[in-house]
Amino acid sequence: MLRRLFNFKGGVKPQTYKAPSVQAPIGLAPVPSRLFVPLHQNIGGVPNPLVEVGEQVLKGQLIGGADGWVSAAVHAPTSGVVLAIEKHVAAHPSGLPTLTVVIEADGRDQWMTRTPVDHRSLAPERVREILRDAGVVGLGGAVFPSHAKLTAAKAVAMDELVINGAECEPFMTCDDLLMRERAEEIVRGSTIFRDLLGARRVLIGIEDNKPEAVAAMQEAVRRLAVDYEVVAVPTRYPAGGAKQLIRVLTGKEVPASKRSTELGVQCFNVATVYTAYRALAHGEPVISRIVTLTGNVLQPRNWEVRLGTPLRDFAALGQPKADTSNYLMGGPMMGFEVPSLDAPVVKATNCLIAGSPALFPPSPPEMPCIRCGACADACPHELQPFELYWFSRARNFGKTQEYHIFDCIECGCCSYVCPSHIPLVQYFRFAKSEIWAREREKNAADAAKARFELRNARDEREKAEKAERLAKAAAARTAEKKAAAAEAGAAGADAPPSRPASPADPVAAAPALDAEAIKKATIVAAMERARAQRAAVQPRNTDQLTAEQQKEVAAVEARRAASPAETAPPAQPVVVREGEPDQP
Amino acid sequence: MITTLAIMALGAIVLGAALGYASIRFRVEGDPLVEKIEAILPQTQCGQCGYPGCKPYAAAISSGEADINLCPPGGLDGVRKLADLLGREVKPLEAEEKPKQVAIIDERTCIGCTLCIQACPVDAIVGAAKQMHTIIEPLCTGCELCVKPCPVECITMQPITENLDNWKWKYPVIEIKRAA
Ligand code: SF4
Ligand code: SF4
Ligand code: SF4
Ligand code: SF4
Ligand code: SF4
Repeated sequence: MLRRLFNFKGGVKPQTYKAPSVQAPIGLAPVPSRLFVPLHQNIGGVPNPLVEVGEQVLKGQLIGGADGWVSAAVHAPTSGVVLAIEKHVAAHPSGLPTLTVVIEADGRDQWMTRTPVDHRSLAPERVREILRDAGVVGLGGAVFPSHAKLTAAKAVAMDELVINGAECEPFMTCDDLLMRERAEEIVRGSTIFRDLLGARRVLIGIEDNKPEAVAAMQEAVRRLAVDYEVVAVPTRYPAGGAKQLIRVLTGKEVPASKRSTELGVQCFNVATVYTAYRALAHGEPVISRIVTLTGNVLQPRNWEVRLGTPLRDFAALGQPKADTSNYLMGGPMMGFEVPSLDAPVVKATNCLIAGSPALFPPSPPEMPCIRCGACADACPHELQPFELYWFSRARNFGKTQEYHIFDCIECGCCSYVCPSHIPLVQYFRFAKSEIWAREREKNAADAAKARFELRNARDEREKAEKAERLAKAAAARTAEKKAAAAEAGAAGADAPPSRPASPADPVAAAPALDAEAIKKATIVAAMERARAQRAAVQPRNTDQLTAEQQKEVAAVEARRAASPAETAPPAQPVVVREGEPDQP
Repeated sequence: MITTLAIMALGAIVLGAALGYASIRFRVEGDPLVEKIEAILPQTQCGQCGYPGCKPYAAAISSGEADINLCPPGGLDGVRKLADLLGREVKPLEAEEKPKQVAIIDERTCIGCTLCIQACPVDAIVGAAKQMHTIIEPLCTGCELCVKPCPVECITMQPITENLDNWKWKYPVIEIKRAA
């Protein structure tokens, strides 16, 4: 390789523990009898359920439609019957429930009709839509909808497309195995993304502790005769962070405030590229993924697992040892402890590690910060974790933002090196979610205030309009009476011509004084009219009711008739409001 | 001597004029303190403070007429922020603090009288006469003003429970697991 590599600051070199899980090839995990497919498996809009309980679904059938542009569809991982659409524990550190489609597998595993397409024969917009509807999201763990990342910035030429096969987290080997076994598909997928972005070069970055993967990818690139560069990058956590890999391969530094496309570069994980290829060239939506099962198990291995497989069933494939105490989803640096083994495998699940007290000994207690600066040296984003820690701990969130807490990628390097064993990342996660929550509250309060003010303004306006209408009506009536009086005067032939407005006529004489009385009269009249109207009006949504509904309606009517005293009086004031606007 | 006086007098006139002009030219619309106070209030618009909405309460605080511990939705946290802003003592809340809640209409019982619509200060209820009514949850501030007017008592307040959208990382108590 002639390419000059750049360096990112900081980083750590934890023990990798990767060897055990790369001995066996990727296994096909059996389809469990029951699958729990959460609808929300992506960043952005929550897909809407498109199936009903009891419905028969085929493998690959759409069960959740993307909600908006930044969202991705969800599909049935096998054929079967929808048992329920209910809340089920999520694969999330909180262990809270999320809306989940439960599918009872019928064992036939029957595909729906798949329609392969050639991305070159379609408009780029259409290709992006297909990717969205195939549920293609970032499988590195971020699960950001891929199609939304596939638009080049207008003003900047797209220089590089970076394909991320670095896989820097300890224990994790799913991308390694995918590259070894399915390199050609990855390269073809890269071509799709390159065409969509119009990128000039494609760089495939792989950490140099995976020589087999590098060789396989180079071989695939040669076989397919494309000019993509497969680059072995030095092994150092977090080289697989998108920003770090971009930095190492291109020397470009992406600030938190900018998108990488604005610098002419975009980055995708190898597994994402692979699924995008399957989605287009085979018409297969994302219904499974490769997951590393390792740690305290007898059979560490990578498995191709259907999404929605309960973690309990999946973990059993590895035969966990007796002293297994907990499970981590994701790696030990950035992952989280699984709240319950009932949670399913989702698109974000790249690795499941069985833990034991021997493998992950409990951390020594937290000691005070000695300001040694080790964390700042290790931080790949050149932040000052000890300052961030100080302000997060004191809940001084304004200050944490001044120290760029949102540049933190929660990589865990700082916690890893801290001699005082301070769980720095946890403080940063806490601070970030507090800041988000406050932002949400602030927005809600502002919206409520705006709506309150609008409502008040509308009330005022309506009052004014009503007064005006009444005044006009009064004036009109006065004019009518005047005219009548004038006619009467004209009819009396010999009588002296009466003055147009007789002072004897109370209304004509003092319209202002009597406006009140007229208003009252009008209101009473309007109420009468409205009552008549209400009596005449039939509810309009009762035409096509089932017998059952009709019965219910009848029952309600009966109830209402039985207790008129309860319902009638409160209904009164409404009559005024309703009846009046149409007839002054 | 005369010149000195003249210069001083001239200076005074010029500066006075400048100040007068500035006070007209750069007049601040509204009362900035009221706005600052209002920004702290939760905008639930419930009237539990005894004022018809958050703004009137903010005005009352600023004029010294009302105390700072009358807003239950704001909670003690709100009192603290107000105390900070105004340099006053933090006081315990007058009423008890409640968890955030939303109103739910039992749609089977609703008779469509529209009374709740008229009561809702933020237009969070949709419906029409003689039709079923419902509450747009994200807009509801949980002020409870719609509960009383309902003639068939079909509106209930439900506390907002933790869900995936509002879940927060807790203040650290457990250690992160390490690789090595
Ligand atoms: S590494 Fe730990 S002890 Fe050292 S400065 Fe950072 S937080 Fe403080
Ligand atoms: S977790 Fe955040 S602060 Fe700590 S090293 Fe990583 S990026 Fe820096
Ligand atoms: S009690 Fe609080 S939220 Fe309710 S109206 Fe008064 S200031 Fe607003
Ligand atoms: S729906 Fe009821 S509780 Fe909610 S804001 Fe409106 S009046 Fe208040
Ligand atoms: S006040 Fe009660 S019955 Fe009337 S419309 Fe509202 S919810 Fe329905």
